[in-house]
Amino acid sequence: MIIASLAFYLFSFIAITSALNVIFQRNPVHSVLWLILTFFNAAGLFLLLGAEFLAMILVVVYVGAVAVLFLFVVMMLDINVAMIREGFMKYLPVGAFIGIILLVELALVFGGWAMAPEAQALRLAPTPDLTQIPNTEALGRIMYTQYVYVFQAAGLVLLVAMIGSIVLTMRRRIGVRKQDISAQVNRRTEETVEVVKAEVGKGIA
Amino acid sequence: MESGLLHVGLGHYLTVSAMLFTLGIFGIFLNRKNLIVILMSIELMLLSVNINLVAFSSFLNDLAGQIFTMLVLTVAAAEAAIGLAIVVVFYRNRRSIEVEDINQMKG
Repeated sequence: MIIASLAFYLFSFIAITSALNVIFQRNPVHSVLWLILTFFNAAGLFLLLGAEFLAMILVVVYVGAVAVLFLFVVMMLDINVAMIREGFMKYLPVGAFIGIILLVELALVFGGWAMAPEAQALRLAPTPDLTQIPNTEALGRIMYTQYVYVFQAAGLVLLVAMIGSIVLTMRRRIGVRKQDISAQVNRRTEETVEVVKAEVGKGIA
Repeated sequence: MESGLLHVGLGHYLTVSAMLFTLGIFGIFLNRKNLIVILMSIELMLLSVNINLVAFSSFLNDLAGQIFTMLVLTVAAAEAAIGLAIVVVFYRNRRSIEVEDINQMKG
């Protein structure tokens, strides 16, 4: 119990400090690396909460895909790092002001929050006994039955995102010499080769 | 809800997620010169929402929260892909990713 509590404090401390670093880093590449650390520690928090499958998904999807995508884009764009800091101090007060207001509001909400007595009866998918069924299996059992349409809709969202990003970033370059196989195959002999009778002593000029 | 510092309850997790969310908002206001860091701040906010959902799901014994977290993850991945694609196209056109330069759609 003590170890779990200490692990919670460790994970949340590292998560918050690395989130601070994401914001305050000068170099966007470093920001991405700190973001990866934040995700790892959030995955640790998920593990402590008993959501093992989501913890692994977070590591695989976020660290393995999204963060690497960020890293690729950051390295692809040639950003002037020195210029990025301009105006940083100008936005610091208003950002801090809004952040503090939001934090106070959230504290008020969480402080005054109480659970209705009938809430336990209204649960959509009560967790089965996790000593009998592992978390992944329990999730799968309701994911593919009760939430199957939502699951399909999530797949559609990913498909649309894939098509959208391909359409957005595709461009036709002009002046590129590329092999056009159908044009090559469709050439006819009579269009391309001409037989010319050359007169003796004159040639064709 | 809270009893002692060493007994980690729902309130602790909600506090962590509130702090992460605030940091995300803060990052959006702070990094006006870099669109990519703004996208990263949005990822931070989505992550804090996920922590919130998983914490409630765990403490109230309801798996629906974890299903919802998975959907949020999906949408976050889609959002990152499309957002970065837009950033790449914008950089191709303007050679910059500053927020102030994004004014071409002004009527």
